[in-house]
Amino acid sequence: MTATVSYADVEVGTALPPLSVNVQRVNLVMYCGASGDFNPIHWNQRFAQAVGLPDVIAHGMFTMASACRVVTNWVGDPGAVVEYGVRFTRPVVVPDDDTGAVIEVSAVVDEKRDDGTVRVTVTATSEGQTVLGRAQAVVRLA
Amino acid sequence: MALNQDFLGKVYPASQPYEVGREKIREFAIAIGDMNPAYHDEDAAKALGHRDIIAPPTFPFVVSMRASAVAMFDPGLGLDYSRVVHGEQRFAYTRPVTAGDRLVVVTTIEAIRVAAGNDILTTRSDISTVDGEPVVTAWSVTVARGTAEESA
Repeated sequence: MTATVSYADVEVGTALPPLSVNVQRVNLVMYCGASGDFNPIHWNQRFAQAVGLPDVIAHGMFTMASACRVVTNWVGDPGAVVEYGVRFTRPVVVPDDDTGAVIEVSAVVDEKRDDGTVRVTVTATSEGQTVLGRAQAVVRLA
Repeated sequence: MALNQDFLGKVYPASQPYEVGREKIREFAIAIGDMNPAYHDEDAAKALGHRDIIAPPTFPFVVSMRASAVAMFDPGLGLDYSRVVHGEQRFAYTRPVTAGDRLVVVTTIEAIRVAAGNDILTTRSDISTVDGEPVVTAWSVTVARGTAEESA
């Protein structure tokens, strides 16, 4: 593992560079194929609305993956991530138009541990509402 | 129908090996919009100390989801799959999933509970190589909405 961020240079409160992720229907279709999760709520508007959703929604795992990019972009080596977990609190609704949805991701270091790792808490929002809860990664720094 | 508490702690036999292909990793990384060279470029991954390109941190769910179907669709457990949503997901990594890995998954039913009329199932997926090297453990919380009995 070769993290490019040094443990010594990081403090509690260090903010990671934020990320804005545009999600369109094609991205969900790609994620269906790549992940093997073809649940129609992620690509079929008729089905999604029939089960009470406002529209097609992104896979929770797509949102989780998008949020993780803030951490892996920062640390350089994705292999430096030793733990990552989230709660799925609200779906990301993806309309069938030319703009889709946007997931805004930010993150801050909130704990430095004695073993050379830090804990990062990630915030992900769409339409101004948080879509993940208790989203935290533990990362081993250089 | 509430989940069958007798299944708490049940451990399912190891899954058939999942062989992690380079192109599958690249396809997955592109699907999440992530062009980190560690996922795409062998030389870049090796420069970071990896044997080959590595998979994004959430990729193990592709492997664990497939394997945990044995629990999700276990008829005795009583999970109404038509009503499930993904409640939580967590990973603890020994090392990143790497191209060329042949992975097997042991699925364990770790928790069964009821909250607000929902059945809540926690499965743990211990993912290791066919040679027994631990790689990653994944915990998935699955919520079946409104399926728990009133008395629960």
